[in-house]
Amino acid sequence: MTFDEKNTWIYGVVALGAYGVYLVTVLARAHGGPVVEVAYIAPMLWCIGAAIVAAILGKVAVSALWPREANHRDDRDREIDRFGEHVGQSFLVIGLVAALVLAMAEIDHFWIANAAYLAFVLSAALGSGAKIAAYRGGFQPW
Amino acid sequence: MKPTKITNSMRALRFANGEMTQAELARRTGVTRQTVIAIEQGRYSPSLELAFQIAQAFGIPLDAVFRYPDDSEEHS
Repeated sequence: MTFDEKNTWIYGVVALGAYGVYLVTVLARAHGGPVVEVAYIAPMLWCIGAAIVAAILGKVAVSALWPREANHRDDRDREIDRFGEHVGQSFLVIGLVAALVLAMAEIDHFWIANAAYLAFVLSAALGSGAKIAAYRGGFQPW
Repeated sequence: MKPTKITNSMRALRFANGEMTQAELARRTGVTRQTVIAIEQGRYSPSLELAFQIAQAFGIPLDAVFRYPDDSEEHS
């Protein structure tokens, strides 16, 4: 597994894990009531912050464990990275368009913020998934 | 992902060149060992530049390493 592939796994798992923690926290706080009344901002910010820190620490740990591979990228890594970013970005655009529509329709802030967060998570998770599929299953850039 | 039509003789050439390891070929061409493995198994088509570097590492022409089927032969 290359340095980039290891970091891709970390990035995808951390993004999904943090979102899972956020969902569980919000649903637990709702106690079966309407979720729009839940104080979601602090859990969301903590989860986003924790995901960023965890991804950085993960990359540091991978660099420390495999120092010879650290930051060694070749053509294939760069091409797979571009492909994954392309896939991830499409979900980011879809999510942000959804957030825009929700804002124009004057839907509760809770749903707008959650649509944007979900877009970030889908972008990270599906972009990472596409890269891992390319690493594992094969990738023909031509 | 569409499979590549390009085939190669890298594995046989490595053995013919003093049982060169994938790691050694990777070092000579400046890529990761995983990329050498992916090319050998037909899971990745290298750039033209990398293909030339691989051929140079074996000291033979490009078309002695990589082959592409001739469609006119296939249809005849």
